[in-house]
Amino acid sequence: MTARVGSKIGIVTFPGSLDDKDAERAVRRAGAEAVGLWHADADLHGVDAVVLPGGFSYGDYLRCGAIARFAPVMSEVVAAAGRGLPVLGICNGFQLLCESHLLPGALTRNQHLHFRARDQRLRVETVETAWTSAYQKGALLTVPVKNGEGRFVADGPTVDRLEAEGRVVLRYVDGNPNGSLHDIAGITNDRGNVVGLMPHPEHAIDTLTGPSTDGLGFFASVLRRLVAVA
Amino acid sequence: MARVFVDVMLKPEILDPAGQAVARALPSLGVEGVTGVRIGKRVEIEFDGEPDLDRARQIADRLLANPVIEDFTVQAE
Repeated sequence: MTARVGSKIGIVTFPGSLDDKDAERAVRRAGAEAVGLWHADADLHGVDAVVLPGGFSYGDYLRCGAIARFAPVMSEVVAAAGRGLPVLGICNGFQLLCESHLLPGALTRNQHLHFRARDQRLRVETVETAWTSAYQKGALLTVPVKNGEGRFVADGPTVDRLEAEGRVVLRYVDGNPNGSLHDIAGITNDRGNVVGLMPHPEHAIDTLTGPSTDGLGFFASVLRRLVAVA
Repeated sequence: MARVFVDVMLKPEILDPAGQAVARALPSLGVEGVTGVRIGKRVEIEFDGEPDLDRARQIADRLLANPVIEDFTVQAE
């Protein structure tokens, strides 16, 4: 993958973020420049895409992502997403995207009440997003999942619309780790530029530290798009 | 000091596995006849003047509750 020189992907660090450094490493591995963004700085510093990483932003007090939503950087992220900027929310980032109303539904307590950390089989359900275009539709991935509140819920009409419009991005296969409706592991907005997923592709970019390199495609996908528009 | 209580509950159709776990524990306390338990949270807001129910409602709607999965009620002390 040859990236446009200077493709910059911003990774936001909140108080309580855990996976921002892994996300930066994944971005660099894919061939882009990783730019650290700070929750209290209402400036995206000209990045071409944004990753909201996993962790426990603001301690996940009240609800996961509920307080991070009001961080100064998030007003910029929401505005830029509305203009089509690619945004990927991983785990806590997915919860934050739902709390920010960039994605529908919510992530709730796992049905069995256990924190679940394991390597998870996933199926790519759509490649029509900024973050999955490098995959084949139906591709099976093995990527770590680690969450206590990853059960996707939404009202019936919302889930039906997500399914009908092909906006379910990833689905759990070989076992649902949290009771998520329709085995949903990730969804996208109607433009396909905003994607949220509970599994952690940034932990699956190197077989030294992860179960596979299957996660790299998310970052390669957005770079391909940035190259295409450059 | 004027206090306003905001009670936040999961919507009836949203699964509450923590409430179910509590309900399942009750027989071991010798409690029978309980058909359901749901767990919510109460937030106490202190205003420096009169209790401001409208502001409390705004706070609840924007932050304390997620309207996708939760309902809330607001009452003065």
